[in-house]
Amino acid sequence: MTVHDQRSIERTAVDIVRAVPDPEMPYLTLGDLGVVGEVTADSPDRVHVRLTPTYLGCPATEVIARDVEAALRGAGWPAVTVEYRFDPPWTPDRITEEGRRKLAAEGVAPPSRTPADGPVPVSLSRPAPVDCPRCGARETGLLSPFGSTPCQELRRCSACGEPFPAIKAAR
Amino acid sequence: MSESRPAREAAKPVEQYALRLGDDALVLSHRLTEWLTRAPDLEEEVALANIALDLLGQARFLLTAAGQSAGRDEDDLAYRRTEREYRNALIAELPNGDFAHTVVRLLFFSAYQWTLYRELEHSADPDLAAFAGKAVHEVGFHRQYAAGWVVRLGDGTEESHDRASAAVAELWPYTAELFAADELIAGLVAEGVAADPIVLQARWSELVGAVLAEATLGVAPSAAWRPGGGRTGLHTEALGYLLAEMQSVHRAYPGASW
Repeated sequence: MTVHDQRSIERTAVDIVRAVPDPEMPYLTLGDLGVVGEVTADSPDRVHVRLTPTYLGCPATEVIARDVEAALRGAGWPAVTVEYRFDPPWTPDRITEEGRRKLAAEGVAPPSRTPADGPVPVSLSRPAPVDCPRCGARETGLLSPFGSTPCQELRRCSACGEPFPAIKAAR
Repeated sequence: MSESRPAREAAKPVEQYALRLGDDALVLSHRLTEWLTRAPDLEEEVALANIALDLLGQARFLLTAAGQSAGRDEDDLAYRRTEREYRNALIAELPNGDFAHTVVRLLFFSAYQWTLYRELEHSADPDLAAFAGKAVHEVGFHRQYAAGWVVRLGDGTEESHDRASAAVAELWPYTAELFAADELIAGLVAEGVAADPIVLQARWSELVGAVLAEATLGVAPSAAWRPGGGRTGLHTEALGYLLAEMQSVHRAYPGASW
């Protein structure tokens, strides 16, 4: 296998992995979510995939690993290994622009952008505004920092009054 | 189970350290799940369940790391140890009281974990450092949640203030154990692997003190009675009941997995 072949195989494999849908937010692919790390092929038959979990206790991580393995096997790779790595850790900033657009279309507010790094005060205030995905109003309030998946929080729009899920910002 | 179970003493120091931290996370995770179907409202139920899930995720990594030398996996360690073999701090196992008790314990514990993981991000053990960098982000949300509720209850009605105040009085003595040093900790601190308890306690006191002040819960009591023993397997009666429930399915169906 030449270096050129290897690169080409790895590119094909990474595209397949990135196209796998997230089990809990199936309108997003793993690529949109930003959880796909390095994909390496040391021979045309063997591929090794590195993923990173959004949250340590996320129940979807095992399903995601199985789905990735199934997708690659389905595409003809007989030997697939999937490994979770924490470094570098996933942050909401890894969600792509396309991912942010799809989230908003599904009524899930994309995360606010990370402010400059610094100490985290114990406070109830939020770092940056989150727009209502329904009416676009900027004034929204936090109902609960926890939601239907580990990466989501629950908010309510002050303008239209509707509650909505949002991806938690990095902190 | 005997021949496949080498003695605990075979575990490396960093594995013994991971076992303590993993048991803290696992036991408190179980306590928090006891709130399911019993929380004051749906948002609190979802919140406590999410926090429990985060702690379970931490426990899975830490117990996996803890069992490597002994060849024991996370399930083996969680389901096949008696209370005398658990190494969690006592504060994690105390039975749930009222909601004030739960959020005050969560404040004390999450502030501890947050300062701990902040330090461990720089640990000389690269796996522990990567894990801490991930977990500290999650624990930040636990802290925010607990602090918010402690302020609401403490600075709320007379009833909520009294309950929060009683919880602080009951739980405060147990916090000392979180910062207790022993030979294991001292050795790992010297190697740059573990966090220095003296540094942790100073930062923790600052964080918790600020919340208690805002919650009008005053200055925390200086307790002369400082229960401990969890790190050497000497627990309160409550842990045995917790483990009996947590391990019941595994005892009924040995080797079951799902």
